[in-house]
Amino acid sequence: MGTKVLIADDEPNIVVSLDFMMRREGYDVLIARDGTQALAMIRAERPRLVLLDAMMPGLTGFDVCEAVRADPEVRETRILMLTAKGRESDVARGLGAGADAYMTKPFSTRDLVAKVRDMLA
Amino acid sequence: MIPPILVVGASAAYLLLLFTIAAFGDRRAAQGRSVIDNAGIYALSWAVYCTAWTYFGSVGRAASGGVWFLPIYLGPMLAMLLAWIVVRKMARIARTWRITSIADFVASRYGKSPLLAALVTLITVVGIVPYIALQLKAVSAGYLVLTGHGAPAAAWWSDSTLYVALALAAFAIIFGTRHLDLAERHEGMVAAIAFESAVKLVAFLAVGAFVTWGLFAGPADIWARAEAMPELAGLLRLNQGGATFDYAQWFALTLLAALSVLLLPRQFQVMVVECVDERHIRRAAWLFPTYLLLINIFVLPIALGGLLLGAPDPETFVLSLPLAEGAPWLALFAYVGGLSAATGMLIVETVAISTMVCNDLVMPTLLRLAPPKGGDLTRLLLNIRRAAIVGVLLLGYLYFRIAGEAYALVSIGLISFAAVAQFAPALLGGIYWRGGTRLGALAGLLAGFAVWTWTLMLPSVAKSGWIGDAFLEHGPFGIGLLAPERLFGLSGLDSLSHSLFWSLLLNTGLYVGLSLARAPSAREASQALLFVDVFRQRASEPVFWRGRARLEDLRALATRFLGATRAAPLFAHHGRALADAALVDRVERQIAGAIGTASARVMISSVAQEEPLSLDDVLEILDEASHLRGYARALEQTSGELRAANEQLQSLDHLKDDFMSSVTHELRTPLTSIRALSELMLDTPDMEADQRAEFLGIIVSESERLTRLVNQVLDLAKIEAGAAEWHSTDVDLRALVQDAARATSELFREKGATVTLDLPAAVPSLRADPDRLTQVVLNLLSNAAKFVPAAGGEVTVRLHEEPGALTVAVRDNGPGVPLADQASVFEKFRQGGDSLTRPPGTGLGLPISRQIVDHFGGTMWLESEPGKGASFAFRLPLRPGGNQNGHKSADS
Repeated sequence: MGTKVLIADDEPNIVVSLDFMMRREGYDVLIARDGTQALAMIRAERPRLVLLDAMMPGLTGFDVCEAVRADPEVRETRILMLTAKGRESDVARGLGAGADAYMTKPFSTRDLVAKVRDMLA
Repeated sequence: MIPPILVVGASAAYLLLLFTIAAFGDRRAAQGRSVIDNAGIYALSWAVYCTAWTYFGSVGRAASGGVWFLPIYLGPMLAMLLAWIVVRKMARIARTWRITSIADFVASRYGKSPLLAALVTLITVVGIVPYIALQLKAVSAGYLVLTGHGAPAAAWWSDSTLYVALALAAFAIIFGTRHLDLAERHEGMVAAIAFESAVKLVAFLAVGAFVTWGLFAGPADIWARAEAMPELAGLLRLNQGGATFDYAQWFALTLLAALSVLLLPRQFQVMVVECVDERHIRRAAWLFPTYLLLINIFVLPIALGGLLLGAPDPETFVLSLPLAEGAPWLALFAYVGGLSAATGMLIVETVAISTMVCNDLVMPTLLRLAPPKGGDLTRLLLNIRRAAIVGVLLLGYLYFRIAGEAYALVSIGLISFAAVAQFAPALLGGIYWRGGTRLGALAGLLAGFAVWTWTLMLPSVAKSGWIGDAFLEHGPFGIGLLAPERLFGLSGLDSLSHSLFWSLLLNTGLYVGLSLARAPSAREASQALLFVDVFRQRASEPVFWRGRARLEDLRALATRFLGATRAAPLFAHHGRALADAALVDRVERQIAGAIGTASARVMISSVAQEEPLSLDDVLEILDEASHLRGYARALEQTSGELRAANEQLQSLDHLKDDFMSSVTHELRTPLTSIRALSELMLDTPDMEADQRAEFLGIIVSESERLTRLVNQVLDLAKIEAGAAEWHSTDVDLRALVQDAARATSELFREKGATVTLDLPAAVPSLRADPDRLTQVVLNLLSNAAKFVPAAGGEVTVRLHEEPGALTVAVRDNGPGVPLADQASVFEKFRQGGDSLTRPPGTGLGLPISRQIVDHFGGTMWLESEPGKGASFAFRLPLRPGGNQNGHKSADS
């Protein structure tokens, strides 16, 4: 039973790349296409880590993040926020919502993998 | 008879009541809830015109002259027809320039001349002090009638009149010199005066009713009985004594009274200085005549009734009739009414005169002879004014004690009126005629005053037996032409009409003649402008002052005359060392409120280095003021435009920020996939061929997406910036739609959808860029292709002609657009549908299409019911000329 990692992003091609990376690292990959689905899967599947896109239809990544931190059952979930908006205010907002780490798109695959390993260590 | 103690007690109680009312009025004023801010109370305060001379004297005059008591009231009634024009103008001028007395008013108009101020004050004091004595005499006489004493107390200390005078002095000091700034109103005093007016009216009406219905059977009864008595029947006719009605005298009296009601210091005080709201003048102008009418209704009945009953001394009928006919309480009330008539006049008149004496006689002398060094002068000013009040009242008392029953006192009422009538040419001319000059006003006043003294005052003194009366008959040194009552041989007029004729003729003649003879100085001309044109609206008031003044000197000056508390705010926003003309003007006006305009002018010029003003300067400043108005308006307009532009820029900046943020997001998303997948392939040399092919396919499609995005962003930016190129020709929209449908036929075939064209046989051509319109139609078609269902997709393109326009609608049978999204489908980067199933797009197609349609003066819209497909349509106007205009007007 490997470590569960949830990928939550509405861009199918980005999901393809993240899925490939996480599988190569040996994690069990779960995929959510929007915020609502992501939150439901976090509660149901209890992944250790979520790669969370900030801009999704329905609940945004920020909303999901806040909901997770407010829920004692899943509060400990590690969250790595990914966003295509690189402005300082977005970073601050992501961290303010309770994300453990924050990366801007496009990301370096090596950095992302290293960050995920760190966070799960 | 009524016991003296009761009369004294009632008087004291009444005065106490006055104090209470005044204190209440002042307290309410301090709370900002003015009791006198009311046209009724304002009009009642005007009735201070009716003094004890009216209250007792009218009956006396009626008893000897029938209707001849009337002109004194007809004049004011006529004058009130002009109140809205004249009084309002005086009130506006006085408030604007903080003018506090009639002397100040005249002096200010003629270049702030201290000499004129002093002259007007002098005339007032000489003319009015005897009148004050008359009021005291009325109080004293009334007391004697009530208590049954035959003669006034021999010793002054046992004379209750003196104590009344002193109590009134106390009242005037307390409520008339409370604050220094006379431009601030004396609300308590005015409230008390209005109350007094009500009391005297009610008392007089009560006595009148008592006599008419209590002692007789109504007015008709009195008339009938009077007609029956030969010596009384004459009173009921207009032509007293002489064979014909004396029109000249009637006219003279009416004119005299009309002028007095505007020019008496007490009238100026209540009508102009104490005016709370100019709008009250309009109502007061008919309320006051109504008051006069009421207080005169019973004059003839009382006079005739008294004579029919054979009562002595008609002047005291108001008291003696109720007393003799067994109504002592009514008599006491009537006395209180007379007291109120006298005290009202005394209070207002002394306050008004004390201001003039202080500002226009004492202060100028003091400032010239022994300028008080430094320090706050406000206390000194108040004390001078208080001393003046006591002085004026004591002077009046003294005159009363000396003159007693003398002719000089008894006849003073009209003589006083004639004195203040001399102000008429200078004052009324001054507010309507720019040409009046200081020289003309001075000469006119001096001549008028001289003639008045010679033809009215001195004869009255002579008739009192104080000086020899030989000059009355033969003229001075036997020169018959100069005989006071037959000046230059003019006989046949009564002495008052005679005096009024000569004094006003000479006064007006000199005023007009000398004003025309010599041009006014710059200062006179500028003041004339400010007075005559007081109602002219100027954005910036012209300030007729040029020179240099140090802020420190001005501040010190203001502090001396206004006190530190009131001076400080004047300088609140001035940090520079030198004051500008506007500040100098403001300080001067404030000081003028305390010491009068003439003295204020002298003080300002003593601390500033002033440049003499020429007439050219005056014109130049006026010109500047009117230009300034233009500048101010232009500046306001410009700053408004700048503000709007700035707001627009800010919102554009915000929009741009949002746009850049969106573009960034849209660019980064495909880049993310491209980079991640490339890196993964690079790091995974042993990747399976299928996997690699999938990744490469994604990379290619994401690259295409990027290209499309970049192109469309640039396209949109160009259109929005107006930099796009448009190649307009005549376009056949029918052919254009057919071409577009053909170009996308492959796309629809792949989707398994059918496209139906619903086109008319022919449509008029319109002027547009065919490539751009093709872009629009293609965009709509490809959008429809994206959203048609996988099976059974149907798309209809309909073109039809409307009056003056062509409409193209592209309808699909897809899921439609949710209501919540319909408003935003034309916004940038709003892509419809689920991101997962959504066909690739940039979110810029519709915004661009709409921009294009807009450019040709058309409109684009969406009709959709969720679940029943969507119809995107656009309408283009046929006439190209109107297109652009229509576009512009739609935007603006």
